[in-house]
Amino acid sequence: MMIRRNWVALAAAAIFLTACGGSGESDGPAIKPFTPNEPFDPDPYPSTYEAFPNAPVLITNATILDGEGAKIDNGSLLLQDGKISAIGADLEAPEGSTVIDASGRWVTPGIIDNHSHLGAYPSPSVSAHQDGNEISGPVTAEVWVEHGIWPQDPGFDRALAGGVTSLQVLPGSANLFGGRGITLKNVPARTVQGMKFPAAPYTLKMACGENPKRVYGYGNGSIPGGAPFSRMGNMAGYRTAWIKAAEYKRKWDKYSAEGGEMPARDLELDTLAGVLAGEILVHMHCYRADEMAQIMDLSKEFGYKVTAFHHAVESYKIADKLADYGACSSMWADWWGFKMEAYDGIPENIPMVHNAGACAIVHSDSDIGIQRLNQEAAKAWADGKRVGIDVPIEEAWEWLSLNPAKSLGIDARTGSLKPGKMADVVIWSGNPFSVYTKADQVFIDGALMYDRTDNAARPVRDFELGQPGEGDMK
Amino acid sequence: MIRKLMAGAAIAVVAAFGASAQTYVVEGKKVWTGTDAGTIENGIVVIRNGTIMAVGPSTMAKPEGAEVISAEWVTPGLISAFSRTGIIEVDAEDSTNDAVAAMSGFSASLDASDGFNPDDTAVDVSRLGGVTRVAVAPQPSTNLFAGQGFIADTSGAQDTDLKEEAFTFITLGEGGAGLAGGSRPAAWAQLRAAFDDARAYPTRYLAGGEGDVLSRRDAEALAPAARGRQLILIDARSATDLNAVMDLAESNRNLTFAILGADEGWRVADRLAKLKIPVIVDGFANLPASFSQLAATQENAARLDAAGVPVAIVNLDDSTHLARLMTQIAGNAVANGMDWDDAMKALTVTPASIYGLSGYGILAPGAHADVVAWDGDPLEVTTNADAVFIDGEPQEMRSRQTELRDRYLSLDKEDRPYAYVKP
Repeated sequence: MMIRRNWVALAAAAIFLTACGGSGESDGPAIKPFTPNEPFDPDPYPSTYEAFPNAPVLITNATILDGEGAKIDNGSLLLQDGKISAIGADLEAPEGSTVIDASGRWVTPGIIDNHSHLGAYPSPSVSAHQDGNEISGPVTAEVWVEHGIWPQDPGFDRALAGGVTSLQVLPGSANLFGGRGITLKNVPARTVQGMKFPAAPYTLKMACGENPKRVYGYGNGSIPGGAPFSRMGNMAGYRTAWIKAAEYKRKWDKYSAEGGEMPARDLELDTLAGVLAGEILVHMHCYRADEMAQIMDLSKEFGYKVTAFHHAVESYKIADKLADYGACSSMWADWWGFKMEAYDGIPENIPMVHNAGACAIVHSDSDIGIQRLNQEAAKAWADGKRVGIDVPIEEAWEWLSLNPAKSLGIDARTGSLKPGKMADVVIWSGNPFSVYTKADQVFIDGALMYDRTDNAARPVRDFELGQPGEGDMK
Repeated sequence: MIRKLMAGAAIAVVAAFGASAQTYVVEGKKVWTGTDAGTIENGIVVIRNGTIMAVGPSTMAKPEGAEVISAEWVTPGLISAFSRTGIIEVDAEDSTNDAVAAMSGFSASLDASDGFNPDDTAVDVSRLGGVTRVAVAPQPSTNLFAGQGFIADTSGAQDTDLKEEAFTFITLGEGGAGLAGGSRPAAWAQLRAAFDDARAYPTRYLAGGEGDVLSRRDAEALAPAARGRQLILIDARSATDLNAVMDLAESNRNLTFAILGADEGWRVADRLAKLKIPVIVDGFANLPASFSQLAATQENAARLDAAGVPVAIVNLDDSTHLARLMTQIAGNAVANGMDWDDAMKALTVTPASIYGLSGYGILAPGAHADVVAWDGDPLEVTTNADAVFIDGEPQEMRSRQTELRDRYLSLDKEDRPYAYVKP
């Protein structure tokens, strides 16, 4: 697979000619390990997650959605060594396998939510826990949300019970540049590093529209509080930052090519330059169609790409343009009206984006919504059908797993049930597009991390120990 | 699907002309009545003059000339037991938000119905989701006493049927502590003093006297509740807070209470049942979102119901624009152990009972003709309402959302700007 290197590390590697070489392609871990010859470590907080031990699991007699558009009736799925080993009919159970008869049940890839604030805005939502947004300035690309994530957030467990196997945690949307996002495996761990999706690319959270101008322009009760005060100010703020980032990148590129005195390091510009180098993926909170169109032009002006627009409640108005550009839209099924830029939200947004050939994603942005993203997809799917957009359920599942995986740069390794991919799998009690269906078992890298019917296979975070309702069915 | 019942076309025309009002027959493969009649397989509901004339099997004689609407399921119109639909257009825009009045000097006398705007777009959206009535509460502004709530239909008509001053809304627990000055003791001190003020109205206020907490107008507004003549709706979440409310109820047997939230209600369900205090819950609440919701679980509704507590189910997350998601939440309550029939009652019969809306929330002869025809099981996420009747009148199934959708449904209109596409 393509590996993604931190551009700074790459530049350094070119100069110092480390043993790793500088080819930029390998089958190994995506982020280059630290070597003493480099000027700084591009991955100072590396993932320590390793798949939990697991015996082979053969799931039989299931209705399987493979996550890439196929539906297999009465199918079998073999999970072995943490990977999808085989999919089809009548598979042989290897020695020592657990065989699960899934008659009447459905099997899908694990759900991937690419817009969560779990851990950063955890439960309980007390004042000490508000670590999701560094609102001290409109440009805070220097912060990394992983440094604000509390791994004891019980919300992770609730999401797991809803079939969520991976998620992106993003900083909040107050700032023009909110900081780096992080992709997690939804496994309980004592540390954030223990949850980090191995070698997933970093992401950058940006925000359009009302939030930045409200927080800064109208901040602290004084008007004007500071820039940005308007959507004009938002655009000027992005452009100013990208100009600085381009200059910073030029300095490092020159240093990488010619050596000389090492440029001063800037955490904020590290991240922005990583975007310009194509190594950090841009996830941008943007509601209105006209703003998304301007952001697409902005990205062309500075030579980067927006991977996904988030919330994107007006994507249906420009779905053709989004398809041409190649950005995903991460959307709610039906949220609307809570602010002006959400005023034109409609329940058919997701199927209309899909119908235009653009990348549609169901996201939550909510510790409640993340627990039933399958139902959110089902609502959108049904609302599309009523206006003649008849998407087969096996195709609609791409909104929940493969498309979000693409938006996070992890689709080569998860997001569908293709042999060789991570065995991130959910067994549902029935059709997952029904309100009455629940996740029975959830596997992450082939390990059973949640079993609805087995108390021993349901995690309880530290916070809930010794509290009323500990270990209850939630 | 709408067609005329052709029991002799000529007669039908005569009947239609001769009638003072149109008769409608809504037929469904399943008709859920909300009464002892249960669910009728292949049933019909006959509507005339705003009233349900008959409910029964489709083999029953149908009135000639009736307009017939066919659907998969037919139910009573849903009643949102707690909403802000109609008093908020856009939450973040203060100029369109009539739920809260942080700068007002008044509290219990703030009457939410003064802020009701039937043109609010969420009214149409709620109706299209099968919600025909909403209980609307103000948000607390400067103290525990948010003011007066009302019941409205969702016709969107300027002559919308309003039941004003249907209840008074009070916030206790963590929220109340904050409103009253910073602690639960402050909240209870304020509550007790305010009730004394209200009970002493008008005597205490004559000759220029003042209340301890409430101004003269606020005392007047709280007086009916404080004297047992108006429903008191209290927001409380934790088992401890719920027990405190029940202590209040036990020592004031003449007062009528209902509880909103009750996230830990299942822990005190037997006592709630004994005191016959109904609860209005959001079944999605299953996180320890605060230290008052540590034991929250999606099984709350089912457990309360099983204990005999009257349960209404609402969407508290966005009770303005998405009150209609009460069906999805009720469906999830069923998935988490609630009896399906009781979950339907939590959207119809129970809210009607809480607010004393006699003849609403059921399909029965003589009941108000709020009726919804659905394309499937009303609690299923893939189901939508095909037709809605309010007071016997078929409702427009269009909203600003459907117009936006239809304008942009196909993005191939290159010859003229989309502004010329008028669905």
